Amino acid sequence: MADVVQVAPADDPVRPLFSPTGELTAEARSSLGLSPDALRDLYHKMVWIRRTDQEALNLQRQGELGLWGPYQGQEAIHVGTVAALRPTDWIFPSYREFGMGMCRGIDPAEMLKLFRGVSHGPWDPRQYHFAPLVIPVASQVPHGVGYAMGSRFKHSDDVVLTTFGDGATSKGDWHEAMNFAGVFQAPVIFLCQNNRWAISVPLAKQTAGSIAERAQGYGFPGIRIDGNDVLGVFAAIRSAGERARQGGGPYLIEAMTYRMGPHTTSDDPTRYRANSELEHWSTKDPIPRFRQWLESQGLLNEAALAAINREVEVAVEATRNRLRATAAPAPGEAIFGRVYQHPSDSFLEEREEFESSLESN
Amino acid sequence: MAKAINLSLRDALARDEDVLIFGEDVGTLGGVFRITDGLQKAFGPERVFDTPLAESAIIGVSIGLAIRGFKPVPEIQFDGFIYPAFDQIVSHVAKYRNRTGVSMPITIRVPFGGHIGAVEHHSESPEAYFAHTAGLKVVAPATPGDAYALLQSSINDPDPVIFFEPKARYYLKEEIDTRTEVPIGLARVAREGSGVTVIAYGPTVSVALDAAKAAEKENISLEVIDLRTLSPLDMQTILTSLRKTHRAIVVHEAPVFGGFGGEIVARIADDGFDLLEAPIARIGGMNAPYPPARYEKLYLPDVDRILEAADVALAYG
Repeated sequence: MADVVQVAPADDPVRPLFSPTGELTAEARSSLGLSPDALRDLYHKMVWIRRTDQEALNLQRQGELGLWGPYQGQEAIHVGTVAALRPTDWIFPSYREFGMGMCRGIDPAEMLKLFRGVSHGPWDPRQYHFAPLVIPVASQVPHGVGYAMGSRFKHSDDVVLTTFGDGATSKGDWHEAMNFAGVFQAPVIFLCQNNRWAISVPLAKQTAGSIAERAQGYGFPGIRIDGNDVLGVFAAIRSAGERARQGGGPYLIEAMTYRMGPHTTSDDPTRYRANSELEHWSTKDPIPRFRQWLESQGLLNEAALAAINREVEVAVEATRNRLRATAAPAPGEAIFGRVYQHPSDSFLEEREEFESSLESN
Repeated sequence: MAKAINLSLRDALARDEDVLIFGEDVGTLGGVFRITDGLQKAFGPERVFDTPLAESAIIGVSIGLAIRGFKPVPEIQFDGFIYPAFDQIVSHVAKYRNRTGVSMPITIRVPFGGHIGAVEHHSESPEAYFAHTAGLKVVAPATPGDAYALLQSSINDPDPVIFFEPKARYYLKEEIDTRTEVPIGLARVAREGSGVTVIAYGPTVSVALDAAKAAEKENISLEVIDLRTLSPLDMQTILTSLRKTHRAIVVHEAPVFGGFGGEIVARIADDGFDLLEAPIARIGGMNAPYPPARYEKLYLPDVDRILEAADVALAYG
């Protein structure tokens, strides 16, 4: 079987950072090279995106948003991922990566326009190197691989991260994209946020085998890690990213986490899962966990904590106010404005007819 | 026509280093129809390359490459193999610009249509699915010259194009002038006539022309319109012809039910109702899956069916 790529341990700089159960080793944790400010910033961002998540839930209940998909419980992945990449490395997200977008610098009030029903994609992906939130499950994964193939063709050293849930690993697009990445040695990190639930279907009914180990079958390494440890996520992605940057090819990271809230505001998780499960995962909540670690290291005191909470409250209130002040684009522009770069005369005529019908009403 | 398409791809690769050609068997082999013959040798395996056998990923990676600044020209090997890529085409290729403002200069080449005696899945005409999808442009040339020029226009267009090549006409020969430009969205009168307008595209244009020749012997004058582009649809050329003939027949290989001909007929009813002196006939595949090869001649439009429809149309008024 000389044609088959065997993944050698030497090709995997990520695995030595972790215990066999996916915990970042004490040695690796102490050699991350992050300053106290950078560590506090990770905590600050996790609190900020969680409070924004809660606020979005409130806004949905108040009728300001049509729908909301909470990411509570997955903040370590959102924050650790963005911190571990260069700002020029593209991220191809699924639909629950609102917090990642915030960490990339996109105004949450702008992003919320999507859930307010006034735009399908309220930011320019090229400005933030952050692709649109994609709803058809796993369909964004080949986009990330294609972008990464292009980076290789252009001899650029930027890398791509594409992220998806456990349910996505059942889809053909995921397998096709993993296979392309292996064949073309694309500089791409596959980040599975295994939150154990695809709406109401639990992991055991989603897949019978290991997700992380599937990477071997495509000719590159994979690892399962604790996705509720922000430093573990950071370490894995930085290391896999540097490997890809140096021409090492793709890497699959399966980050174990838990969707603490419903799939979306239209979902009722009490119909399919026991409350005891949530209680269990609450003990692994990434935010108190990291706070306790920072405190144990003498990096966060009462005053610093209070300052972070105050800043976050101010930011969230400002987001709410900006969202409420959002002007919806005119209907003609919203419906027709961006469909074609070179629209036909007949397309423009339809827009014109529509717009004049609005004026005459 | 095969050589004209090959030349068009070659010229695009030479002119613009962001043009990439890829798909199943397009590299070393030069494609199952040899459309990409010699291109990998001339431009290297980073510009022209074979992919794994996975249509959805072929289109999915095209999207990522387009975001990266490339102009992908993927090939789908046969019409009947495009369906695994349907989600990527409809959900993303067509909608990505609308969602993000990022254009998708992707040209998806698809050999389509029957008449080649093939096994199942190799003779289909899925154009209506794509014409129905806003955000795409759908092109179907009928002649070598148009195939060259429209492929140039498609690759140069910043919007995504589904480029349907009439595979049974790959053998058609004509001298072409590579300087002739054909814009997307402009039909042509393939043959002038005065009695009935026959509207066709892709493989049925030559059938319509054969019918027009046969009709001439019976002193019936058929005007043949080659649509060249289905979306956007050039209604002006159709209506101009109807002002002369007042009668129309639409011919395509796809099943008539829900087919693109229905859109043409409806648009004529909207914009040209007063011009009509006879019901519009639609000639195409039956409302049944494409048959085994031995029966395809019975299923596909032919000269006789067009002549019969012309007789019926002329009997009115």
